Amino acid sequence: MGRSAAPGMLIACLVLAAGFALAFTVGRYPIDLADVASLLTAKLAGSPTSLPPAVENVILQVRGPRVLAAVLVGAALTVAGTAFQGLFRNPLVSPDILGASSGAALGAVLGIYFSVGVFGIQTLAFAGGLVAVAAVYAIGSTIPARDPILVLVLTGIVVGSLLGAGVGLIKYLADPYNQLPAITFWLLGSLAASGPSDLIPLLGPVAIGTLVLLALRWRMNVMSLPDEEARALGVATGPLRIAIVAAATLVTSASVATAGIIGWVGLVVPHLARALVGPDFARLVPTAAILGGGFLLLIDTLARTAAAVEIPLGILTAVLGTPFFIWLLASVGRTWS
Amino acid sequence: MKLEGRAVTIGYRDRVVGSKLNVALATGEVLALLGPNGSGKTTLLKTLLGLIAPLDGEIHLDGRKLDAYSARERARMIAYVPQSHAPTFAFPVESIVLMGRTAHGNLFSRPNEHDRAAATAALERLGIAHLAARPYTMISGGERQLVLLARALAQDPRFVVLDEPTASLDFGNQGKIMDEIVRLAESGHGVLFTTHDPNHALRAADRAYLLRDGTRIADGPISATLTRDNLEAIYRAPVRVLVDAKDGTNAFLPG
Repeated sequence: MGRSAAPGMLIACLVLAAGFALAFTVGRYPIDLADVASLLTAKLAGSPTSLPPAVENVILQVRGPRVLAAVLVGAALTVAGTAFQGLFRNPLVSPDILGASSGAALGAVLGIYFSVGVFGIQTLAFAGGLVAVAAVYAIGSTIPARDPILVLVLTGIVVGSLLGAGVGLIKYLADPYNQLPAITFWLLGSLAASGPSDLIPLLGPVAIGTLVLLALRWRMNVMSLPDEEARALGVATGPLRIAIVAAATLVTSASVATAGIIGWVGLVVPHLARALVGPDFARLVPTAAILGGGFLLLIDTLARTAAAVEIPLGILTAVLGTPFFIWLLASVGRTWS
Repeated sequence: MKLEGRAVTIGYRDRVVGSKLNVALATGEVLALLGPNGSGKTTLLKTLLGLIAPLDGEIHLDGRKLDAYSARERARMIAYVPQSHAPTFAFPVESIVLMGRTAHGNLFSRPNEHDRAAATAALERLGIAHLAARPYTMISGGERQLVLLARALAQDPRFVVLDEPTASLDFGNQGKIMDEIVRLAESGHGVLFTTHDPNHALRAADRAYLLRDGTRIADGPISATLTRDNLEAIYRAPVRVLVDAKDGTNAFLPG
C-alpha cells in the first residue's frame, strides 16, 4: 500500500536510539557510552561488572527509571494523540481533547491539597482522567445530534474548563508555602521524581491501551471517514468509538499521573510520524510510539541539563511546540479542509 | 432480491420529513430518486441504507427486517456511495478502496490478498488503476467519485445506493458514472441514485420515484413517470421537452 514504511520507521528508531545514548551519558555526572553498554550487557548476561558502584547507581537507579518513564510517557501521549486525531478526523486535536488531562490535574491537585502522599496523588490523577472522559462521553451521548463527534468535542471543552476552574479553586485555597509550589510544579510536568516504583503503574495501562489500538488498526483507518460512511462500510461506530476513546484515555491518564501535564507532544509528534510513514494506523501507531518516546526522552534530557535547575517539561515542550504548531496551521491549510 | 420500504415515515427525532412512503428496489434494476431541494430524497436514501432509523414502518431486505442485520451483514448487502468530499488524511486511493472490504473481515483483521485482488479488480473495472498509489487528497473531484464507486464495487454488495453521484462532475465524467450505473444493473445489482437532473434518470434508470415535500408524486417506469406534467408538479417550475428528430429521444430543459 503506497510507499514503503521502512525508511520512516528507521528514522523513528534512530531518534529513539539517539535519545537513549544522550539520556544515559550527559548530565551532572557524565558517563561514557561504552560504560553504559558494558553495564547493560553484563546485567543482561548476569555477570559482575568492573564499574564503580556510583556509576552503576547512576545508570540503574537514577537515569534508567527516568529514561524508561520518559520513553513510556512520550509514547503514550503520542499514541493517544494519533488515535484522537484519527477518531475526530482533525489533525489539530491533542490527547486532552476529552478532558483527560484536566481531570487528571484536578485529581492530582486534590491529592496534594489533602496530602495523600505520592502514590495517592498518582492514583487520584489516573482516576480523575478516566472519570472526566467517562463523564464527557456520558453527557455527550445523551445529547441527540447529527454529528456525535462535534458534540463530544464541545462537551470535552466545556467540562475541561469546569475542571480547570476546580484546579483554580484548589490553588486559591492551598497553603501558599508548601502546597502551592507542589501544585505548580506538578501542573508544569516533570519526570524528575520518577523512580523504579513508577514504572509498573505506568507500563501496565500504556501497554494495554496501545495493544488495543494496534489490534483495531484497520477499523481505525475506516473510523477516520465520516460516521455514516464508516457505518455503511460495516463498522459499528458507536461501540468502536468507545473502545478507542477508552484505550487512548487509559494511556493518557497513566502518563499524566506519572509526569504531570506535558502539552504539545501528543499534538505535534503524531504529525511527524504521519509525515514519516503515512496515515495507515497499522504503521502509524508503532512509529508514533517509537518517535514520541525518543522525542520526549530528548526533551527530558534537555530539561535536566540545559540549566542549573530543572526546566519544567511543560514549558520546554511549549517553547518548542508553539513555532511548530504555527508552521502546522500554515501548512495544513493546503491539504486539510 | 428486494430492498423495500413499507409505509415508512422518515425524518429525525424532532422533524418528520415524509410519511407512509412505499418504495421498492429489486436487483437488476436502476431506480432514480428525484425531487427538489428539501423534498426528502437524502433522508429517504439514508433510511433505506439503515443509517437513519425510520420513525414508523419497516425496511425489508431480502424478506428480513433491515434492523435485524448487523452493520457488517448489512454492508455486505448494500453499499453506499456518498457525495465525494475532501478527506482529512492522505490515504492512498488503494487504501480507500480497500476500506470497502472492511465488512468481509473481522474486528481485528487487515485486508488480505483476496481483498487486495478485489480492490484492484474494482479499480480496473472503472479504468482508474493508475490512481492506486496516489493520495486520495490529491486527485480531482471526478476521480474521487469514481474511487468511491470502486470502493462500493470492492464491497461486493447486491445493492448500490448513490447520493447525487453526478453532482459537481464535468460532462464527460457524468456520462461515465451513468454508464457504470447501467453496467452495475446489468451485472445483477440493484441501483438507487438521487439526482437533480431528470436527464440522468432518462439516461440510466429503469424506474423513477418522484418526491415533493416528503410525498410521493409518481413511482413507475421512466416513460410513465418522467413527464412534463410530473416534473412541473415536483419542481413547481415550467419544463420544456426536447425531442431528437432522428430517434425520438426526449430531454428536459428547465424554464
